[in-house]
Amino acid sequence: MARVRYIGKRMAQMLFVLVVVGIFIFFLVRLIPGDPADILMGEQATEADIQAYRVKMGLDQPLIIQFLKFAKGMLHLDFGTSLLYKVPCMEMVSEKIFVTIKLTAVSILFSLLLSIPLGFLAGLHQDKPVDQISRIVSLIAISMPGFWVGLLLMVLFCVNLGWFPAGGMEEGFWGQLKSLILPGLAQALMTAALLMRNLRNSVIEINTKDYIDFAKSKGLSQRRIQCAYIMKNSLVSTITLLSTRIAFMLGGSVVIESVFSLPGIGKLTADAIFSRDYPMIQCLVFMFALIVVVINFVNDIIYSFIDPRITL
Amino acid sequence: MKRTWSEKIRRAADAALHNKSFVMGLVLIGFLLIIALFPQLFTSYDPTKLDPSHKMLSPSAEHLFGTDNYGRDVFARCIYATRVDLQVGFFSAIVPFAFGTVMGILAGYYGKWVDMVVMRFLDVVMALPFTILVVAIMAVLGNGIRNMYIAIWIIGWVTFTKLVRAEVLVMKNSEFLMALRISGFSDMRIIFRHILPNAVSSAIVYLASYIVMCMLTCASLSFLGLGVQPPTPEWGSLMNDGRAYLAQAPWITCFPGIFIAVAGVGFSLLGDGMSDFLRARGR
Repeated sequence: MARVRYIGKRMAQMLFVLVVVGIFIFFLVRLIPGDPADILMGEQATEADIQAYRVKMGLDQPLIIQFLKFAKGMLHLDFGTSLLYKVPCMEMVSEKIFVTIKLTAVSILFSLLLSIPLGFLAGLHQDKPVDQISRIVSLIAISMPGFWVGLLLMVLFCVNLGWFPAGGMEEGFWGQLKSLILPGLAQALMTAALLMRNLRNSVIEINTKDYIDFAKSKGLSQRRIQCAYIMKNSLVSTITLLSTRIAFMLGGSVVIESVFSLPGIGKLTADAIFSRDYPMIQCLVFMFALIVVVINFVNDIIYSFIDPRITL
Repeated sequence: MKRTWSEKIRRAADAALHNKSFVMGLVLIGFLLIIALFPQLFTSYDPTKLDPSHKMLSPSAEHLFGTDNYGRDVFARCIYATRVDLQVGFFSAIVPFAFGTVMGILAGYYGKWVDMVVMRFLDVVMALPFTILVVAIMAVLGNGIRNMYIAIWIIGWVTFTKLVRAEVLVMKNSEFLMALRISGFSDMRIIFRHILPNAVSSAIVYLASYIVMCMLTCASLSFLGLGVQPPTPEWGSLMNDGRAYLAQAPWITCFPGIFIAVAGVGFSLLGDGMSDFLRARGR
């Protein structure tokens, strides 16, 4: 019962956030000096088009009516027509969102593959050479801009060695994977370093807990303790950190997709900002918020199952 | 026993100077500060002077990082960009730090509606990737460095507020604060003399990593052409300049990143060091 109430509460919170984001993007356009109809229809629109749009969207009516109309559209994920592409915004977004999702998935995979073995090893061998080296490496990885790493990888592997396509998305499963490996790796580096640090610290902390001493005194093997006790418990906080890093990765996709010319929603965002495609910007901001909020929600629910101590 | 201020500062400095990470970070950032203040000491080239006869030369003894498509010395441009980038890191971080700390104390100490408003705002800001939010606000304000500051200021303070608020909440229920209240001290005195010094340490530690985040965000926005506008040299926009010549002249794009990484490592080391000795003192 408590869990149902907790899920309900979190859902209400989620809805509230989305409503506020809706209000934010509604005013985003209206804060720009000038007539919203002009701004939303772009520079090439004729006076008659603008007038028709004004009436259709009720832009000649009070703000509250305008907002209700906007909110109604938002419920159907209808954000109007893109100025740049002349098609409904959601059509563009739903076409391109999978590239970004795949890129994020590859980045997550890389960051887990790099961070879990290293973090675990460093934590179990505190202050030994493995730990020292991985600390230095992670410090450097945290401080480097992901898109710069991407550019370096591009110069090395695409321009000089020609192993990977220099940008764009190739066809087929292997083609796509090939196109996503370098940007995914570039984006994963910082997250991998942060996860590694987090994992190392929680391994060290758990190692000093009483139940580890107890397990040792029971005569359990070192391997059993490491796998069943330390690893399982230390991964909980790492997974939570990962869910907050997904938001950062989505933000980073704006730059990394531009570097590798990947046709995802990150590149779409950068293009929309440049061409002042406001309906598209509204749509994208809302979609990013939706993705992040849903991920956080799922994470909280999973967490409440894993760790029963959490106050429901 | 009451310690004098000079003694307190001496003790703090002593603790700081015995921390390896902190000292290393201090040296790196100090070095970058010297570059930022006296760029002419490090290069004799003019960062904005066009020289069509020396276009896209590869790195050599004469041009350490080579030259770009206008014949400008890339090393000189990186050196002169240091001032802009350190400014960006500092100014975009210090305002959210100060405002966020004050709001965190208000939200934690007084609670009620201040707390509610701040926490709901936090929920919304947390729901959007930092870069997306900055870019969305800049879509309204327009491109350029000033608007980037404003965008970062509007959203940056919430994380500081969250950190400080959490510290204040822990302290609020402590016996030591109860004792102060019973002794009849005013709210202002309790806040400034007792809560602020204790609660601010986690915000200071976060400040270092926040500066890194701001510098990286600024570099990526300038790389996209949204932040610092040409011809002002800035590390991110320098990389953008070289993008079209990645195959012929990769040095234009690759070298500025080293400066960003050095600055990033410097601030990260400062932060790591501070978190060591500030937390150790707190215990």
